[in-house]
Amino acid sequence: MNDSLRILPEIVLTIAGVVVMVVDALMPKASNRKPLGWLAALGALAALAASLWQYQLPPGTAYFGVVQTDAFSVFFHVLIGGILLTSLLITLDAVAPGTEGLGELFALMLFGSVGMMLMSSAVELLLVFVALEISSISTYIMAGFRRKSAKSPESALKYFLLGSFATAFFLYGIALIFGATGTTRVAAIGAAVNGTHAPGLLFAGLAMIIIGLGFKVSAAPFHVWTPDVYEGAPSPVVALMSTGPKAAAFAVLLRIAYGALPQLHGHWVPILWWLAVISMTVGNLGALRQHNVKRMLAYSSIAHAGYILVAFTALSADGVAAASFYAVSYAAMNVGIFAVISHVGGYDDQLTSIDDYRGLGYSSPLLGGAMTLFLISLIGIPFTAGFFGKFYVFAAALHSGMVWLTIIGLINSGLAAFYYLRVAVAVYSRPVEAAPVMSVAKASFPLQLALLLTAAATLILGIVPGNVLNAARAAAQIFYSVGNGN
Amino acid sequence: MLSDSILTAITLLPAAGALVVALLPRKGRTIQWFTLLVTLATFILSLHLPAHFDYARRGFQFEENRPWISSPAIRYHLGIDGLSLWLVLLTTFLGVIGVLISWRAIETRTKEFYFLFLLQQTAMVGVFVALDLFLYYGFWELSLVPMAILIAMFGPTRGRQAALKFFLYTFLPSALFLVAILWLYAKTGTFDFVQLQNALTNQPALFNPQALWWASLAFLVAFAVKVPVFPLHGWLSDAIQEAPTAMAMVVAGKLGLYSIVRFNLGLFPTQARAIAPLMIALAVTGLLYGALVALAQTDMKRLVAYSILSNLSFCTLGIFCFAVAGLNGAVFQTINEGVTGGALLVLVSLLYGRYGTYDMSLYGGLAAKLPMLATLYVITALALIGLPLFNGFVGEFLVLSGGFQDHPGWIAAAAISVILSASYILWMVQRIFYGEPSSLVVHRPAMDLNAREHLMLWPMAILMLVMGVAAPYWMKAINGAVSGLAGSSAGTAAEPAAQTAAATAASRETQ
Repeated sequence: MNDSLRILPEIVLTIAGVVVMVVDALMPKASNRKPLGWLAALGALAALAASLWQYQLPPGTAYFGVVQTDAFSVFFHVLIGGILLTSLLITLDAVAPGTEGLGELFALMLFGSVGMMLMSSAVELLLVFVALEISSISTYIMAGFRRKSAKSPESALKYFLLGSFATAFFLYGIALIFGATGTTRVAAIGAAVNGTHAPGLLFAGLAMIIIGLGFKVSAAPFHVWTPDVYEGAPSPVVALMSTGPKAAAFAVLLRIAYGALPQLHGHWVPILWWLAVISMTVGNLGALRQHNVKRMLAYSSIAHAGYILVAFTALSADGVAAASFYAVSYAAMNVGIFAVISHVGGYDDQLTSIDDYRGLGYSSPLLGGAMTLFLISLIGIPFTAGFFGKFYVFAAALHSGMVWLTIIGLINSGLAAFYYLRVAVAVYSRPVEAAPVMSVAKASFPLQLALLLTAAATLILGIVPGNVLNAARAAAQIFYSVGNGN
Repeated sequence: MLSDSILTAITLLPAAGALVVALLPRKGRTIQWFTLLVTLATFILSLHLPAHFDYARRGFQFEENRPWISSPAIRYHLGIDGLSLWLVLLTTFLGVIGVLISWRAIETRTKEFYFLFLLQQTAMVGVFVALDLFLYYGFWELSLVPMAILIAMFGPTRGRQAALKFFLYTFLPSALFLVAILWLYAKTGTFDFVQLQNALTNQPALFNPQALWWASLAFLVAFAVKVPVFPLHGWLSDAIQEAPTAMAMVVAGKLGLYSIVRFNLGLFPTQARAIAPLMIALAVTGLLYGALVALAQTDMKRLVAYSILSNLSFCTLGIFCFAVAGLNGAVFQTINEGVTGGALLVLVSLLYGRYGTYDMSLYGGLAAKLPMLATLYVITALALIGLPLFNGFVGEFLVLSGGFQDHPGWIAAAAISVILSASYILWMVQRIFYGEPSSLVVHRPAMDLNAREHLMLWPMAILMLVMGVAAPYWMKAINGAVSGLAGSSAGTAAEPAAQTAAATAASRETQ
C-alpha cells in the first residue's frame, strides 16, 4: 500500500486514461467527444494534486528500490502535471467536436504523461527506459494525429524512426554501464564507479546515454527532427511534447549526471559544454531564417535546450536548481505561446506564417497581448519567467567560472531577440492589404483558462520566483546530501 | 510614514494605472482622463521628494531595502540621491506633458497606447531609483519594450524597421552588460550598489584588473548606446521620427547619462578615468557631427533629432572631463535637455498637426498668424541655444568652464558647436516664422494654441526660465551627489569651487 502511494500520480493518470478510453468506446459514434477532454483534465488535476500531496511523503524508494520519491521527483511531477492540464485545455479549445479519434488523443496525452512522470522518479535505469518508451510512443502517435494532412504522418514517421534509434542508443548505454559496474541502479552505479575494471565501457555508456537523451531534449547536433515534427504535429500536441518529454529527459540526465556519475564530471562537462554551445548557436541561427511560426519555435526550443545544458556545466547545487527552474519557466512560456498558436491556426494549422499574425493585436487584444507577453518572456526581458530562468542559469555557470560559456550564451540570447521580436512587431502592425483577412474566433473558456494559467505563471516566475526557486533548490539538494556528494 | 514607501509609490503607481487602463472601456475619453489623473498623481507624489530631501546628507535617502529573493541574493533596494532626485521629477513631469500632447495626436488604439505609456513611466522611474543591480537591470530592459512596441504601432512610415533597430541596438549590448553584472555577483555575492561600491573600493584584490576592465567596458557600451554617444547613434533619428511625440521626448538621454554617472563613475572610477580621453574625443565628434548634420536638414523633426544628439554629446563631454563643475553642468544639462528638447518636439508636432508636414521650406511667415505659438517657439529656441537667463546657459557654462583647465583644445572645439547650434536653431525659427507667408500658411486656417496646449507649454517655458535664474537651487542637490565622483584627491576642495561656479553663472545672467 505504501509503495503505491509513491506512484500515486501515475496511478491516477492511468485510471483516468483507461476511463476516457472506455467511455469513448461506449459513446455513440457521432456524439460530441469534448466532454472526454474535461474528464481527462479532471484526471490531470487530480494527478497534480496527488503530486503536490507527495511533498509530504518522507523521501524513500518503493517496489524494490526502482522508484524514488524525493523533492526532485516531486518537483518534476508537479511540472508535468501542470503541463498536461494546460495542454488538455488548449486541445479542448482547438479541436472541433467531430474531430476523428478525439477520445484516443486525450487518453494518449494522459498515458504519455505517465511515462514522463515515471522518468523523473525512476532510479533503476531499465525502468527509466520503459518510462521513456511509454512517453515516446504516445508522442509518436500524437504527432501523426491529423491523418488527413500530408505533413502530420510524415512528421510522425520521422519522429518515430529517429526516436527509436535514439532510444536504442540509450538502451545500449545502459547495457555498457551495466557491463562496467554490474548494476543499473543509480545510487549503486555511483558507488561502483571507483572500483570499475572497465572505465572505457563506462565512458562509452555515458556517451551513448547523452546521445539518446540529447535527441529527446532536441539538443544540437541531435535536433534535425525537431522543426519538421513541430511543423507537422497538431499545435496543442506540440504544446505538450515540446515541454513535457523534454523536462522529463532533463530530469533523467540530471539524475544520471549528478546522481550516478558525478565522479565522471571531467568527461561529461566538456561534452555538455559543447552541446550547449552548438545547440544555442544552431537553434538561434536556424530560427532567424524561419517564416513559419511553428518552425521558428522549434529552432527556439533547440536554443532553449542549450540554455538548460549551460546549467549542467555549473557542477553545483545552484546549477541543478537552475536547470530545474528553467524547465519550469520554459514550460510556462512555451505552452502559453502554443495556446495562442493553436487557437489562431486551429487544429488544422491554417495560419502559421509570421505574416498571418499581422494585426492580431487589434483583431484580438487578448490573444495579441498574451502572445506578446510570451514572446517577451522568450526573449528574456526582466520580470518574466524567461529572464529569471536565464539569469539563474548564467549566474550559476559564471559562478563556476564558465565565463566564455556565459558570454556565448548571452550574446546568443541577444541574437534571439531579433526573431521573437519580428513576430511581436507583426502582431502590432497593420495587416497586409492584399491578404485575406481571416477572422480569429473568440477565445473559448478553456483557452482563457489556459492563457490565464500560463500568463500568471510567466509573471509569477519572473517577479516573485521565491517559492518555485526554493522547491528547485530543495530538489537539487538530493544530489548534495551526505554520502552522495561529489 | 510616507517617506518610507514614497519611491515604491512613485514607481509602481503608473504600472498599477496601466492595469486599470487595460480594463477601461474604449469609448469617449475615459482612458485619457484616467491616465492624466494617474500621471498627475504621480507627479504630485514625487513633489514630496524635493520637499523632504536632506541636502546636507550624503548617501541615499528615502531608502527602501527589503529582501526579495534569498538566493541569488536579490534585494528590493530603492533610494535616491541628489543625482537621481531631479531626474525622477523630470520623468514624472514629462509624464503629464506626454498625456497632454497625445490627447488629440493619438486617436486610435488608445488603450494600447496609454497602457504602454504608463508602463514606460514605471520603467524609467525604476531605473533612477533602483539600487540593486538586478532590479536596475530589470527596469533598464523593461524600458525598451513599451518604447519598441509603440514605435512599431504608431510609426507613420517605417515604424517596424525603426522599432527593430532601436531594440536591437540597445538590447545586444545589454547582453554583455548582464555578463558583467553576473561576474560582479560571482566575485562579491551581492547585487547591491552600495555594497558593490564598498567591495570595489576596499577589496580590489577580489578582482582581476583585466576582467574589471572588460566589465566596466560592458557597462559603458550598454549605456553609451542608450545616450547615444557617437558613433552608436544609428537608431536615434529613426526612433525620434517614428515614435509618437510623448515617446520621442523620453527615448534618448537621461537614462543612459544617469547610468554612466551612477555606475561607470561610481563603481569603476579608475577605468572611467582611463577611458575618458576616448570618450571626450567621441563626445566632441558627436557634438560637431550632430550640429553640422542638423544644419543641413530641411525636415524639422530630423533637425531636432540631430540637435538632441549634439546636446547629449555635450553632457557626455561634461561627465568625462572629471571636473566638479563639469559634472554638475552635465547633470543639469541632462535635465535641461529633457525639458527644452521635449518642448521643442512638442512644438514641432503641433506644427505638424496644423499643417501636415515637417518640411521647413513649405513654411514661412507664421509669426503673424500664430503669435502665441511663435512666442513659445522662440523662448524654447533661445533656451536651447543657451542664452543667458535660461537653463541652457548654466549647463553649457559649467561644462565648458569645468573642462577648460584640463582639456582646452577639446573645449574650444565644443564651443564652436555652441555657435553652430545657435545657427541651425535660429535659422529654423527664421524659416518657419518669419519672411513672406508661404502658400501653405496662407491657405490653411490659422489656429493658435488652445487651452490644453497652453497648459502644457507654459509650465515648460516657465521651468526653462526658473531653472536658469535659480540654478543654485537645483545645483545644491546635484553637487552633493557628484562632487565625490569627480576626484578623490580634489573631492573636498572642489566642492565649494563648484558652488561658486554655479553662483557665478547665475549672477552673470542676472546682470
